[in-house]
Amino acid sequence: MTYTIEGTTGPWEVVIGLEVHAQVVSQSKLFSGAATAFGAEPNSQVSFIDAGFPGMLPVINGECVAQAVRTGLGLNAKINLWSRFDRKNYFYADLPQGYQISQYAHPIVGEGAVEITLSDGTTKTIGITRLHLEQDAGKSLHDQHPTKSFIDLNRSGVALMEIVSEPDMRSPEEAGAYLTKLRQILRYLGTCDGNMDEGSMRADVNVSVRKTGEGFRTRCEVKNVNSVKFVMQAVEAEARRQVEVWEAGDTVHQETRLFDTARGITRSMRSKEDAHDYRYFPEPDLPPLVLEQDWVARLKASLPELPDVRRARYVAMGLTPYDAHVLTLEKETAAFFETVARGRDAKLAANWVTGDFFAALNRLKRDIADPPVTAENLGALLDLIADKTISGSLAKQVFEAMIETGKAPGTIVEERGLRQVTDTGAIEAAVADVLAKNADKVAEYRSGKDKLFGFFVGQTMKAMAGKGNPALVNEVVKKLLG
Amino acid sequence: MRGTDHTLKGALDALAAGETTSVALTEAHLEAIARLNPRLNAFITVTGEQALQAARASDARRAAGQAGPLEGVPLAIKDLFCTAGVQTTAGSRILGGYVPPYESTVTANLLRDGAVFLGKVNLDEFAMGSSNTTSASGPVENPWSRANDPDTRLVPGGSSGGSAAAVAARLALGATATDTGGSIRQPAAFCGIAGIKPTYGRCSRFGIVAFASSLDQAGPVARTVEDCAILLKSMAGFDAKDATSADLPVPDFAAATRRSVKGLRIGVPREYRLDGTPPEIEALWQQGLAWLRDQGAETVEISLPHTEYALPTYYIVAPAEASSNLARYDGVRFGLRETAPGSDLRDLYERTRAAGFGAEVRRRIMIGTYVLSAGYYDAYYLKAQKVRALIRRDFEQAWARCDAIVTPATPSAAFGMDEKQDDPVKMYLNDVFTVTANLAGLPGLAVPAGLDAQGLPLGLQVIGKAFDEETCFAVGAAIERAANFTALPGLRADAA
Repeated sequence: MTYTIEGTTGPWEVVIGLEVHAQVVSQSKLFSGAATAFGAEPNSQVSFIDAGFPGMLPVINGECVAQAVRTGLGLNAKINLWSRFDRKNYFYADLPQGYQISQYAHPIVGEGAVEITLSDGTTKTIGITRLHLEQDAGKSLHDQHPTKSFIDLNRSGVALMEIVSEPDMRSPEEAGAYLTKLRQILRYLGTCDGNMDEGSMRADVNVSVRKTGEGFRTRCEVKNVNSVKFVMQAVEAEARRQVEVWEAGDTVHQETRLFDTARGITRSMRSKEDAHDYRYFPEPDLPPLVLEQDWVARLKASLPELPDVRRARYVAMGLTPYDAHVLTLEKETAAFFETVARGRDAKLAANWVTGDFFAALNRLKRDIADPPVTAENLGALLDLIADKTISGSLAKQVFEAMIETGKAPGTIVEERGLRQVTDTGAIEAAVADVLAKNADKVAEYRSGKDKLFGFFVGQTMKAMAGKGNPALVNEVVKKLLG
Repeated sequence: MRGTDHTLKGALDALAAGETTSVALTEAHLEAIARLNPRLNAFITVTGEQALQAARASDARRAAGQAGPLEGVPLAIKDLFCTAGVQTTAGSRILGGYVPPYESTVTANLLRDGAVFLGKVNLDEFAMGSSNTTSASGPVENPWSRANDPDTRLVPGGSSGGSAAAVAARLALGATATDTGGSIRQPAAFCGIAGIKPTYGRCSRFGIVAFASSLDQAGPVARTVEDCAILLKSMAGFDAKDATSADLPVPDFAAATRRSVKGLRIGVPREYRLDGTPPEIEALWQQGLAWLRDQGAETVEISLPHTEYALPTYYIVAPAEASSNLARYDGVRFGLRETAPGSDLRDLYERTRAAGFGAEVRRRIMIGTYVLSAGYYDAYYLKAQKVRALIRRDFEQAWARCDAIVTPATPSAAFGMDEKQDDPVKMYLNDVFTVTANLAGLPGLAVPAGLDAQGLPLGLQVIGKAFDEETCFAVGAAIERAANFTALPGLRADAA
C-alpha cells in the first residue's frame, strides 16, 4: 500500500530524507584527549582544546576515524581514502572556537545503502548519500538562572557521525524503519550506542510533499528529533502542514522547523533568508585524512556479523522470519539466543526465548542486559526437556522457579523431585487409579464421548504432579481404555 | 666584556669556560631592559624575579654538569607564545590580562634546553602588521636612526618588532618570533640582525596564538646566523600536539653555518626586481651575489612567474584564516568581556570585540569574512588557493636549476613611525619579498648585509627548499662573513 495524505485536491505523496547525528563510541573526543562519558558534572570533561583556548590545536583521534570507517562498511558504503576537514563558522556561546570542525566537501564515507523491512514483510532499500565526521558543540542551559545562560562544554568536541540518507522514504513508517535499522546497525557495530534519550543519536528530518509523478517540491528540515516515534509523528505533521499550504494556494518556503512534541505540530525556527552563511573553508590545522586500503581491509575483516546476515542465518537454522527478525533487533538479544541455542534445537530455543523468556522480561520490567534467567541456565533447561528428564509443561514450572530462585534448572528438578516418570508400571498404576475413580466417565467415553480422553490424561498428569511422561501417559490411557 | 656584548654563541662559550654565569648575564640584560625599555617599548612584560631564579637554577645545573644546549642564555619571548603562569597578550586588548595555564611547545623546548626567559616582547596585534605600531601596548621603536635625521623615530618592522628591537638593542641574546608573511625576516632586516622562518611544520604551533594557521611558523631572531641556528635547533622538532608539525629529525643547524657554499647554485628570481625599489637595495643584492660567487657559488637567473600574485593571494588567505581563528575571542570564556545591563549574547560579542580588537585586526577580520562569504568564496578564497598552488609549483620548478634563492629581504629600510600609517596597501607592500616563502611553506632567512645612505641596515633573504634550512644557514653565513656587518644601532645596552 502506498502511503499518501488525502487533501482536498486528492492524494499527496510524502518524500523524506534523514540526516542522523550519531555520537561515536570512543574513550575520548574527536580532537582532544578529554573523556566522553554521559552524565558527568558540567564542564568536568573539557580540555583547553575543547574550550577553544588561545594556541590550542586539534589532533585527530584515530579510534573515531576507525569507528566512522566501520560504520561506513556496515552501511555498504564507499570508504573515501582521502577526506578532509572543513571549518563551519558561526558564533554561539556553546561553540568555543567560533567554528565547528566538520567534513563539508570531502566526507570520509560516500554512497551506501540500508535495507529496511516493513510491517507487511516487504523490504526496501534506502540510499545513503554520505557519512562524515564532525565535532559536537557544547550545551547552553537557559533554565538555571533568571537572567543568565549557563554553558556546559562536556559535549564540546565529542565525535559525531552525520549520516545523510537519500530522499528515498515515502511514509512515516519507512522513516521510522530506517532510523530503527540504522540504530540497529550502529549498535551491532559498536560505533554508536543509539541512546536517543541521552542525545547520542538525533535526526534532522527533511520532508516535502508532491503529487504522484511530479519532481521534488520545496522541502523543510525538522531539526533535532530525538526518538523514532517523534520522527514518524514529525513526518506526518509536517507533511500535513505542507499539503494545507499548497492547497491553500500558497508556497512552502525552505526553512528549518522544530517539532513540538506536546502539540504534535512543527514550528518555524528560521527561514532560508536568516540562514547562517557558514563560510566553510578547509581546516588549516589538520592535514587531509589519508587512509590506507590495507587498514580499511583489516577493519572490514574484523567487523561483527551484521543484522541482515544474522537474520538470514537464523532463518537457515529453521527459525521463522518473524522470530529471526525479533531475535536480531538488538545484538544483546541475539547473543542471548545464540548462547541458548548453541548445540541445541534452534527452533525450540527461539520458541523459549521469544515466548516464556520475553514474557518474563515484560512482566518483570527487566531488559536483556539484566535477564532474570541466564542464557546458560535457559539452555540447561532445554537440555532437560531434550533428554526427557522433564516434560515441556513441567519445564514452564521449572522456568518460573528459576526466575524466583536464580538456581540452575537441574538443581530445581532435583530439589523438588520433578524428574519425569517414565516407569510404565507407575504410570499404569496411576491411570488405573484415575479410571477406577471415574467409572462414570469411562462409561461415557466408551459410549462415544471421545473428548473425554484428554480428561483422563489430564487427571493422570495431575495425580503424578506433572511428572508423568506425556507420551507414555497418552499411550497407557489409550491402552487401558482399550 | 659586558654581559650584553656577547653573541649567544659567545655567551655559551663564556658560560662553559666559567668566565660568566647565567645570573651575571641575566642581571646585565635586566639592567639594560630597565634602562632602555621605557624608550624602546620592546618588552610588554618583564619577568625579572623569575628570570633570576631561573638563572640561579641554571648555574646550579651547569655546576652539576647537567648543562643543556642553551644553558643559562637569557632570551626574550614574543608575546604570541603562551607561557604558563605569565601573562600573554598577543599585543591585543581582547586577551585582557590572560595568563595561560600551559606552555607553548617551542618555549617548553627552550626551557628544556636551559634557556632563561627575561619576559614577553611586543608585537603587532595578533602578529598583524609590518611596523609594530598596531600593538595594544603601544609601538616599539627601532634602536637604529637615520644619520641625517636622528630625531625621526623609526619602526622596527613587524610583527616581531619587539623581538628584533630587543635583540638589536642588546636587551636579550636572542628572541623567539613568528612569521606569517615576513614577520621574522622584515623586522630582522630593519633592525640589522638575523632571523629565520623555518619550513612550515619544522616548529610546533601548539601554544602559539594563531593568526593564519597555514602560514604561521615560529623561528628565532639573533645577532648572528650561527646564533639563529643554535636557537632553531632547540625550538624545532616534531610535536604530536600539532598535526601539521613534521616528523623529521632536526639537523645540526650550527654545523651547517660552517659549510662552504662552493658549487652551490644560487637562484636569482627576475620577478623580484620591482619598479621603485631603491637602487641601494638592488646594489646590495648584486653585492651579495658577488660575495657568494667569490666563495665559489654559481648564480643563475631563475623565474618565479606567479610572484606578482603572491601579495594579493596572501591578503586573501591570511585574513580568511584569521577571521576564523579570532572568532574564539568572544568574551565568553577568557579575556576581555564587555557587557551592559540587559545586554544579550549578540551584544556581548559586539561590545567585546569592538573594544578588544584594534583597527588593523578588525580590517583583516572584515576582509577574511568577506572572502569566505557565499557568493565570493570562489572568486577570492578558492582562486587564492589555486594561485598558492601555482606559487608553490614555481618554486618546485626552480629547484631544478638552483639550490637556494637569494633576494632582498625588504623593499626599503626602516621607515618612520608616522609613515605609511594611513594606507594599508602601502604597508602590506613591505611583505612583497617575504610572503612567497610562507605561501610555499619554505624556509627563509634574513641576514644583515649592509647599510643604506642614511646608515640604516639592509638585509638579504635566502630561501631554501622545504626542510633544507641547512643550505639557508650555509648561504646566510657566507653572506654574513663577506658583509662583515659590524655597524651598531644608536640605542643599545653598551652605548653611553
